[in-house]
Amino acid sequence: MSEIHAETVGYTRNTMLPPQPPPQRQSGAILWLRENLLSGPLNILLTILGIAVVWYLVSGVWPWLANSVWRADGLQECRAIITARAGEGTTGACWAVIRERWWQFTFGFYPRALYWRPVAAFGLLFVAIAPILFADERRIRRVVLGVAAVLTLLAMWAVNAPDGWLVAVAAVMVGGLVLSERRPSALLAFSGFYPVLAYWLLWGGSLWQPLMVLAGFFVGWGIYRLVGRGAPILRMVAAVLAVVAWWLWLGPLVAQTLAAALPLAIAAVTSDTFGGFLLSITIGVTAISMSLPLGIILALARRSDLPLVKMLAVTFIEFIRGVPLIALLFVASLLLNYFLPPGTSFDIILRVIIMVTLFAAAYMAEVIRGGLAALPRGQYEAADALGLDYWKAQRLIILPQALKVSIPGIVGTFIGIFKDTTLVTFVGLYDPLKSTADSVRASIAWKGTYWEPYIFTGAIFFILCFAMSRYSMYLETRLKRGDSH
Amino acid sequence: MADTAAPADPPFRLSMLIYDRRYRGWTIQIVVFLVVMTAAAWLINNTLENLAALGKDFSFRFLGQRAGYDIPQRLIPYTADSTHLRATVVGLLNTLLVSILGCIAATVLGVVAGVLRLSNNWIVARLLTIYVEIFRNIPLLLWILVIYAIFTEALPPPNAFRGEDPAASMVLFDSIALTNRYTAIPSLHATSDPGSLSLGWGVLISWAAVAFVLAFVAAVIAHRAIRRWAKARQEETGARPTTWPISLGLYVVPAVVLWFWFGITVERPVLAGFNFAGGSNVHNALVALWLALTLYTGAFIAEIVRAGILAVSKGQTEAAYALGLRPGRTMSLVVLPQALRVIVPPLISQWLNLTKNSSLAIATGYMDLRATLGGTTLNQTGRELEAMVLMMLIYLVLSLIISGGMNIYNARIRLRER
Amino acid sequence: MKRSVLLATLGGAVLAGGMASAATLDEVKARDVLNCGVNTGLAGFAAPDANGNWQGFDVAVCKALAAAVLGDATKVKYVPTTGQTRFTALSSGEVDVLARNSTWSFQRDTDLKLDFVATNYYDGQGFMVPRALGVTSATELDGATVCIQTGTTTELNLADWFRANNITYQPVNIDSNAEGEQQYLAGACDAYTTDASGLAATRAAFANPDDHIILPEIISKEPLAIAVRHGDNEWGDIVRWTFFALVAAEDYGITSANLEEQAANSQNPEVQRLLGKTDDLGAMIGLDADWAKRAIAASGNYGEIFNATIGEATPIKLNRGLNAQWTQGGLMYAPPFR
Repeated sequence: MSEIHAETVGYTRNTMLPPQPPPQRQSGAILWLRENLLSGPLNILLTILGIAVVWYLVSGVWPWLANSVWRADGLQECRAIITARAGEGTTGACWAVIRERWWQFTFGFYPRALYWRPVAAFGLLFVAIAPILFADERRIRRVVLGVAAVLTLLAMWAVNAPDGWLVAVAAVMVGGLVLSERRPSALLAFSGFYPVLAYWLLWGGSLWQPLMVLAGFFVGWGIYRLVGRGAPILRMVAAVLAVVAWWLWLGPLVAQTLAAALPLAIAAVTSDTFGGFLLSITIGVTAISMSLPLGIILALARRSDLPLVKMLAVTFIEFIRGVPLIALLFVASLLLNYFLPPGTSFDIILRVIIMVTLFAAAYMAEVIRGGLAALPRGQYEAADALGLDYWKAQRLIILPQALKVSIPGIVGTFIGIFKDTTLVTFVGLYDPLKSTADSVRASIAWKGTYWEPYIFTGAIFFILCFAMSRYSMYLETRLKRGDSH
Repeated sequence: MADTAAPADPPFRLSMLIYDRRYRGWTIQIVVFLVVMTAAAWLINNTLENLAALGKDFSFRFLGQRAGYDIPQRLIPYTADSTHLRATVVGLLNTLLVSILGCIAATVLGVVAGVLRLSNNWIVARLLTIYVEIFRNIPLLLWILVIYAIFTEALPPPNAFRGEDPAASMVLFDSIALTNRYTAIPSLHATSDPGSLSLGWGVLISWAAVAFVLAFVAAVIAHRAIRRWAKARQEETGARPTTWPISLGLYVVPAVVLWFWFGITVERPVLAGFNFAGGSNVHNALVALWLALTLYTGAFIAEIVRAGILAVSKGQTEAAYALGLRPGRTMSLVVLPQALRVIVPPLISQWLNLTKNSSLAIATGYMDLRATLGGTTLNQTGRELEAMVLMMLIYLVLSLIISGGMNIYNARIRLRER
Repeated sequence: MKRSVLLATLGGAVLAGGMASAATLDEVKARDVLNCGVNTGLAGFAAPDANGNWQGFDVAVCKALAAAVLGDATKVKYVPTTGQTRFTALSSGEVDVLARNSTWSFQRDTDLKLDFVATNYYDGQGFMVPRALGVTSATELDGATVCIQTGTTTELNLADWFRANNITYQPVNIDSNAEGEQQYLAGACDAYTTDASGLAATRAAFANPDDHIILPEIISKEPLAIAVRHGDNEWGDIVRWTFFALVAAEDYGITSANLEEQAANSQNPEVQRLLGKTDDLGAMIGLDADWAKRAIAASGNYGEIFNATIGEATPIKLNRGLNAQWTQGGLMYAPPFR
């Protein structure tokens, strides 16, 4: 039957096809491999190249890392241990140098008994920047402050901080945490006070002197309020004169009197003991925080309608941005004393901070200028329509928005400045990367240790900078999301 | 601003300088001007007093004195007997050399890395992300030190090439020797010496080199003319004539003719005494600095390129795919040209950074402007004020030239916008 | 003073320096600390240990000076200076005295407005080469690659010497001694040149010192001297004679061990004058009678300092050579204390 049928009709299916297995699922390792690694000849080539690079790097570095030695008193001993462990001709990392010189890499020659002071200063830094950087993110604030508090207290405990100070710092951190939950803006008062506190903790001495410097601003503000309302220029001049008079004559007198009554002094530390990461962070943080107000003024000046003001701002910014930082550092080291009245001479760290601040200010001005330019024209017009004068418009409407937009750029500038603090090695300061490593190598036990200090400092820089850059990227995406609403 | 309803000018009072908007701008500017001038006068006065107290003067006469030190890598003739001025120029040329080489290499690397970071290939994209993040977040100084140290430690010294069974061997048909001092490369010599073109100041360029450059420039011009012609033909007839043999000939034939005309010979580096001689030696100080600058800046440029590509809307890529363009052509014909407008301004500021960062040559001992004028010259003559001022001025001019280029480019882009 | 207190607060730490003023002594006393410019790190001469305590041959000069002037050898602030910044640090008043293995030369003494008061180490520039190179004299170094530190007189000496001998070389410029060692050991240069003392110190620290030889040629005179600012002769006198007190102490056999006994019982009139028993010499330079005694007590006499920091017993293993007392065929010769 089937034969007849076959002859008469061209084709008719007479049997069921065997069932096929179901199509491959749209996920799974094979498919992923095929799509992401082997989708075409070029892709296969790239994959092979990539694997080769990874293999080359890992196979080159792994044996060296695997033979790490953590406890030894010198490079020779390290090598002996490695040879004994892995046989003749093998190489290995000698991390014992980091272990032994850990404090030198982190604190330089800062007095060992006082390590808790820089630790406390940098822990409190997070409380101070919380209302500025994490202004409207309660969750982030909570996490950052909480982690900072725990780490700071642990670190302080580890470096044997006195109990009283431990309690005091804990109180401030907890207070900051609570306050940031309730009224973050109130923390701004702490941010204003923080520079005084940090200076006092780092350099020591009497608290009254930095307090009097801060008091100068209040004196100026008080005079500004007292002098007649009808004469704004007169008020301004009177306030400035009062501040100068306070700083130069009255303040020191008051400070001395108060110090005689109640010393409030802790052991003074000279700045030549600063080194390692302590130096980098001190220079970086000081420069960036001082450059912020300077940068705002420069950015406003550059966008000013007044040609002379604009010209001066442009000249300054372009000059600083056109010259390598290393040249500015040499100016700090070689020339700054020429420009000061005969007989004055600053500490080299202070001179370096001044030059790095100016350097950062020029970059900061450009970042903030970008923020100002990003504001829609309507904001300016709205401020004008409300009848606000220039300063009120800037203070109340323009700057708050512009600064918020600029925060990623500011963090980016900070990362750049922080990395550039390593250049201070060329003016004889003990940066963590070169000078400290060189001075470790100058000791006979560690002569010839090249890679370990580089890898160690590189890793620390990477962790700090990477964390900051991730934070700034997060801010950026959040800002973008905010715009699209 | 003018109040049309206002009566004729009110009598001028002194307080109007402050409260009247017409005058206030001027008042502020004059006050600022006076303050700045006073500050400048104060600084200059301090400087003069300090110089007088030290018994020094301000003069650039030291530039004419004998330098007395040697510079290993130089582009123009220089000996220890030359003047400090010439040492300065040698340093400046070295700065320019490493900056230009670095800018070219970093741009190429950055574009490749930026494009590949967006690649579908998982392993390549991850590897390049690691590269970018590692290089961006670690100080440049560390990279320079590490790369220089790797060159010193990993490559063989020249005397490893010596003997019957040397520990190291030359690469590329025995023509290039990678040592831990320099890379020895072959050099070209003309047997029928055509003489040299004098550019003044002792700088000589062989006429043979001039001829090759001229031939190359002429070939480029002719090549572009041919392409234009081919394009016109294509528009007219729809078929593009085959032009590549002609173009190839344009480049190759004159070069070959000149090669035999001048009787060019390749001189390979050979080990003579302590070092390689015969070829030219490119010092590791230069190569390490160049490599570090390239890798570091390349990571930043990769980020810029990536951001630029992401800024081009996805619809453009999809449209190109719909037209049947392959991914490579989509990238080069559709996406990159549009991304360029976003990429170029920050790219140029990276070039600026690279040029300034070349002053970190201090870490490898490469004799750039800072090392000659701002280093040894300053140190030997004790003229820190003059040397630093001159050095900063030169750097300033360099960066003004670069940012001037950026402004011109920006202006051109803006004109094309619709 | 009041003003500087506030400025100090404003800015961190402002020091009243001495760019134009002549009375460095008064300033040091008012400040109660001596600012001493030293090397950033040269084993044996000046290097900080892990705790930041500075030690070395040059450092001992600072200590003696602080002891003489301020009565306390620990009242020194060590300012690390590079080859690049050292002289500016001195002339700008950042440091009061520079004890940083700096060569005394005509131009530095005159044109750079420094005053070199005394040579604390007589040195000369030499070459070190690997033994395997088979070189026995520097004149065989034709075409060699030589590592030199930039910004030093050695750079100029090297250029001059090779030209004078009509041979060529390729310089490799290095920034610090640590870097020089690395380059030399890796074979990136055939020879390393610096002061002979530095070569010895460097070689001593190698894993196999015997694989390297220091060539016999000494191509220059390098009197490493202590420098002060030009124009303050009173301060210069103090520095000069404090150093001579150390030299004289060795000459007369005064050591840190027998110092008290010598001061009490010595019958030698010169020793009596030096240690302030008779003729109040200290008053002539604005110090008290015990100044020299304190200077010697700080780290011993010149010979003791030498032996403790760079001498045969240390890893540096330098012999006295030119730096022996004049009575032993050296150049150390203190003028009479009279």
